[in-house]
Amino acid sequence: MTDPVISVQYIKKRYGEHLVLDGLSFHVERGSIFALLGENGAGKTTMVRILATLIKADSGSAKIGGYDTDSESVSVKKLISLTGQYAAVDELLTGEENLQMIGQLNHLDHRTVKARTVELLEQFDLSGAAKKRVSTYSGGMRRRLDIAISLFANPEVIFLDEPTTGLDPRSRKNMWELIRKLADRGVTIFLTTQYLEEADQLADKIAVMNNGKIIETGTSEQLKSIIGKEKLELTFQDQASFDEASKVIKGQINESEKLISVETEGSTEILRRLLNTLHENQIEPVAMHFRKPTLDDVFLEITGKSAKGASSND
Amino acid sequence: MTNLRLYWAAMDGWTMTRRSIKHIVREKESLMMAIGLPVAIMIMFVAVFGGAIQTGTDYVNYVVPGVIITCAGFGSSIIAVSVTQDMIGGLFERLRSMPLHPSSLMVGHVIGGFVRNAIATTVVILVALLIGFQPEAGVVEWLGVIGILTLFMLSLNWLFVVFGLLVKNVETANAITFPMLFLPYVSSAFVPTETMPSWLHTFAENQPMTPLIETLRGLLLGTPIGTNLWLSIAWFGGLLIISFIVATILFKKRKAE
Repeated sequence: MTDPVISVQYIKKRYGEHLVLDGLSFHVERGSIFALLGENGAGKTTMVRILATLIKADSGSAKIGGYDTDSESVSVKKLISLTGQYAAVDELLTGEENLQMIGQLNHLDHRTVKARTVELLEQFDLSGAAKKRVSTYSGGMRRRLDIAISLFANPEVIFLDEPTTGLDPRSRKNMWELIRKLADRGVTIFLTTQYLEEADQLADKIAVMNNGKIIETGTSEQLKSIIGKEKLELTFQDQASFDEASKVIKGQINESEKLISVETEGSTEILRRLLNTLHENQIEPVAMHFRKPTLDDVFLEITGKSAKGASSND
Repeated sequence: MTNLRLYWAAMDGWTMTRRSIKHIVREKESLMMAIGLPVAIMIMFVAVFGGAIQTGTDYVNYVVPGVIITCAGFGSSIIAVSVTQDMIGGLFERLRSMPLHPSSLMVGHVIGGFVRNAIATTVVILVALLIGFQPEAGVVEWLGVIGILTLFMLSLNWLFVVFGLLVKNVETANAITFPMLFLPYVSSAFVPTETMPSWLHTFAENQPMTPLIETLRGLLLGTPIGTNLWLSIAWFGGLLIISFIVATILFKKRKAE
C-alpha cells in the first residue's frame, strides 16, 4: 500500500511577512497521480518549486525517492522533471531542435538523443510539425512539446504546474488523456490545478490547499462523501402539484423554488420508483436535474467560502 | 571527477551557444538592426556631416573606429533582452531543475552575442572599405584590432548579462540598449573632443570609449597610441572581471530568491 515516492513534512516557507506555506505534510504514492488543488495564491506553485529543487523551504523536509530536495538536490534532479505554468519551449527553435537541445543537456549520447527525439515527436503527435518553429505552434501543441521535453530523460516523477490553464476545452481533454497515459506507464505525476473537475477526473489522491495549508486530503470519492450523496432535483409547475408531490416522495423541500431534492445513491432503481410514484399520482415535474456533488461543493464546504469566491470549473 | 564536470560544463555551454547562434540567424530584425544601424550611422556621418567636420584627416578614416564601437555596443546590448526573456520565459527554471550547471545559459548568450558582434563588425568594415576607408594596418595591427575588440565585446556582453539578470521585464531590458547607442557620441568617436564645452570635454576625455577609439585609430591608421592601449585594457579587462563576478553573484541570488 505505501511506497511513497514523495514525502513532505512540515514544510514552511515565508516571503517577507507572508507565510506562503504553513506546515505542509503529505505523501505521494509511486505511480499515482496526485493533485494539489487550490485557488490562485494558495501556495501550490511554491510547493512545486521546493520539490523541484528551485527554492529552499524555511523549515521542514521534502524527500523524493528518499533523497532530500535540499541537501541531495543533484540526486533529486535526476529523478524529476518540471513543466511550469508557461510552456518553457524555445519559440525560435523547431520542435525537433527543442527536444535535441534538452537531450544534449541531459548528457545523453548523440544516437540516443536522435532516437528519443523521433520517438517523442511521434508519441506526442508532433512529427508533422517537427521541422517547424515553435512560434507557429498552437497552445495545445506547445504544451505537448513541453511535456515531451519533460519526458526526455525518462523521469520517475513529473511535476505539472497547472498543465491546462489557458487551454481550450478540447486541448484540455487531450491533455487529460495524455496525463492518464503517462500514469499508466508508471510515472508518478504531481499536478497542481485550480480546476476541481481536473483533479476529480485525474487524481488518485487530492490535497485541497487554502492559505498555505492542506485542509483536506483524500480520493475524489472521499472528498465528495463529505458533502453527501448524489441528488435528483425535481421542480414543479404549480403549488398544487408541488404540495401533492411533497406528500408522496421524501426529500429536501425548497418551498420558494418548488423544488424537491431526493437522494438517489446513484441507483437507477430508486430513480424509476420515484418517477413511477409521481406518474401514478398524475404529477409531472416540469424540470428534472440530476446533480452529482462536485468538488466545487467540497471546496466550498471545507473552505467555507461563498460561491462567488470559489474557482469555477467551466 | 572535476575534469568530467568541467567537460560537461563546457559541453552545456556549447549547446547553449549553438542555440544562441540559431536565435541570431533567425531573429532577422535584431541582426538587421545590429548591422544596419551602424552602417546607416556611418554613411550618414561620412556623407551628411562629414564635409562639415574638420578632423585633420579624411573623415571616413576618422569615423570608422567610432562606428565599429557603436556597432559592437549596440549588438551587445541586445543580450540583455534575450537574457530577460529566458529568465521570465521558463527555460531558466527548467534548466535549473535539471542536473546541470545553468550558467551554461549565460555562457551561451555571451558567446552567441559575440558571434553576432563579429558578423556585424565585419560587415561594417567591408562597407567602410567600399566608401573609401583606407586603413594602414598590417597583419600585426589587425590582430591587435581583433584582440582589443574581442576584449571590448566580451566585457560588454557580460555587462549586459548583468542588466538582463537585474531587470524584471523585456521592456526595461530594451530601454537599456539606448545609452549604449549614445555613449560613443560623447567621446572622440565622431568629432575631436576639443570642440566640446569644457565639462563635456572632461567627461569625453576620461570615459572608457575614448582610449579604446584612440587605440583602434592608432592600430588602423597609424596615429599615436600612447597609453591608450593600456588604458583600454585596464578599463575593459576590469569591466570584464567585475561584470563576470557580478553576473555570477546575481545568478546565484536569483536562484536562492
